[in-house]
Amino acid sequence: MDPLLVFPDPPPEWLTGVLDAAAYPWRAVTDAIMAGRFEPEDGWAGAVVVAGSESDAGFLLCRALRKRESALAPLLLVVEKGQLGELELREDLFDDFIVAGASVAEVEARLAHLFWRTGRGKQHDLIVYGPLALNLETYQAALSGRPLDLTFMEYELLRFLAAHPGKVFTREVLLSRVWGYEYFGGARTVDVHVRRLRAKLGEEHAHLIETVRSVGYRFGSVRWLPGSG
Amino acid sequence: MQSQREYVLRTVEERGVRFVQLWFTDVLGTPKSFAITPAELENALDEGMTFDGSAIDGFSRVQESDVLAKPDPKTFQILPLRPRHSDPDASSVARVFCDILNLDGSPFEGCPRQVLRRSLERAHGLGYSFYAAPEIEYFYFASSDPAGPPKPLDGGSYFELTVADLASDLRKRTVLTLEDMGIPVEYSQHEDAPSQHEIDLRYTDALTMADTVMTVRLVTKEIAQQEGVYASFMPKPLAGVQGSGMHTHFSLFEGDKNAFNDPGDEHGLSALGRQFIAGVLEHAPEITAVTNQWVNSYKRLVMGYEAPVHVSWAYNNRSALVRVPIAKRGRSESTRIEYRAPDPACNPYLTFALVLAAGLRGVELGYELPPEASSNLYSLTPEELASEGIRPLPSSLADALTAMEGSELVAETLGEHVFEWFLRNKRAEWAAYKREVTPFEIARYLPAL
Repeated sequence: MDPLLVFPDPPPEWLTGVLDAAAYPWRAVTDAIMAGRFEPEDGWAGAVVVAGSESDAGFLLCRALRKRESALAPLLLVVEKGQLGELELREDLFDDFIVAGASVAEVEARLAHLFWRTGRGKQHDLIVYGPLALNLETYQAALSGRPLDLTFMEYELLRFLAAHPGKVFTREVLLSRVWGYEYFGGARTVDVHVRRLRAKLGEEHAHLIETVRSVGYRFGSVRWLPGSG
Repeated sequence: MQSQREYVLRTVEERGVRFVQLWFTDVLGTPKSFAITPAELENALDEGMTFDGSAIDGFSRVQESDVLAKPDPKTFQILPLRPRHSDPDASSVARVFCDILNLDGSPFEGCPRQVLRRSLERAHGLGYSFYAAPEIEYFYFASSDPAGPPKPLDGGSYFELTVADLASDLRKRTVLTLEDMGIPVEYSQHEDAPSQHEIDLRYTDALTMADTVMTVRLVTKEIAQQEGVYASFMPKPLAGVQGSGMHTHFSLFEGDKNAFNDPGDEHGLSALGRQFIAGVLEHAPEITAVTNQWVNSYKRLVMGYEAPVHVSWAYNNRSALVRVPIAKRGRSESTRIEYRAPDPACNPYLTFALVLAAGLRGVELGYELPPEASSNLYSLTPEELASEGIRPLPSSLADALTAMEGSELVAETLGEHVFEWFLRNKRAEWAAYKREVTPFEIARYLPAL
């Protein structure tokens, strides 16, 4: 699916944790201009906007996104408990809201429901990047229509990376997000699995997973550069 | 665990897998398998499949012969051995490695995978993860017919470029199939001897690597067989040329850090690395019966064929038992030791478990590393070796068994069940060999005596 717009940039950690755990691709933006510039060709899949109590920037962004030629939907607004009063007379700015710090399960459920209502989002739970397609519902990966025979951890790693194209992850982050903190093989496990994945992707597509020297790994290139669609 | 199980079940359904092969290994390192249908898979994942262990080498016990094969869902893999390009609808076969359990669900003491798991868990408790990267040598022969000496397919030698060479083509296909299975190959090459080939694997954690060695042996044989050729991992199939070894590179990581590396050291080798090597050397004679477990293994461990004969180490000396390859500048993570005794017909689970145990013993007790063997050991006389304090490796299976029998380290690492069964089985093999009159004896003695 296309990425969700997320505000602010960087988003609060609990939110990125939730989105990653639910395998939603996302891209953070700083304001409405960036939202326009980074918008994928088929439009944002939706938006998660943190209203923030310090300024009105969150609400301003909501207004901008809703007043466009085609209003961005669905839009999930995140508010602090103390901000609930501010929602009054702003009902048109969002489709649903959650209180900051909600559980993964709640955010997932609300997003799923929003997408169902608007008919967008994780349709068939598909991640597509160039020739690579991942069906999250059936756990199957294919390259140019040819199924890839992955082990579970290879699939999990590819799913995580492909959900965040262009983003660089350190080995530690990958280890904690994909494997969970306690893992038998140690941090080198990530390198080993990346190599196995590259081997299975084959010479032609091995570069989909790039090594970023002395940092970690990146899947694909930065996809939503201005102008590249 | 739940999602791994789900992944396996969904993949079987989506990909139309008709059979799932449950793979495990007996004590001597022979691959064993039985196939189940997708309908049985769910139950196998949850509870394991019961089978009679008494027919498996090293699994038999006095009172109870039934054991459970419990698939390790992490190892589930669709087998790419059949060309699917020609028939995309062809039904798939998948394999999954199993741990062997007692009926009450506790680990079965005769299972080599459990032996290695136990060793790795011990290392893990000390904060270490253990990595292995073997170089697997083998021969292609015209057949496995034991009636005459094996016939090599070609006369090529080291790095020789032979055009339209069937054996090289087989090796290439083997490497591609392995890559399809997610087994990265460092490089593959033609070795010294005729029809001898080598496949070097990229390092991975020792348990996965032991599984991988089993897979490589199987895939290599299977692909050769498709062309009517026989691939053999026999340690010394041809007299007069180099045998097949499985030199294995080992390293120990503490989190993200290579524990063998010390950037301040001239050779990049840490104090812990030295103690580990000292441990491996100290216990080398005791573990040789396992790393070189056949009568034939000792025909390889002779002077003059780049195989180790003495307990020694060096930075760059291919006659040494332990070699410490010089890590490339700035590649601190690649510091490792190369243990050169094992042959490709060993049980990789038991071999890796013992090397780890021996090395860790050196670390825990702070063994002192003897000086590096500087000269070519093959050129030294027995007296010179003795004066330098260099011990020989066991020169026969019988010697190796004697050294193993007295080893508390090996008994502890393998567990009483495997230790005793192994010694019993190997003593019997030696006794059978002793009873034979060989062609060597007939040729040499009959005309003269």
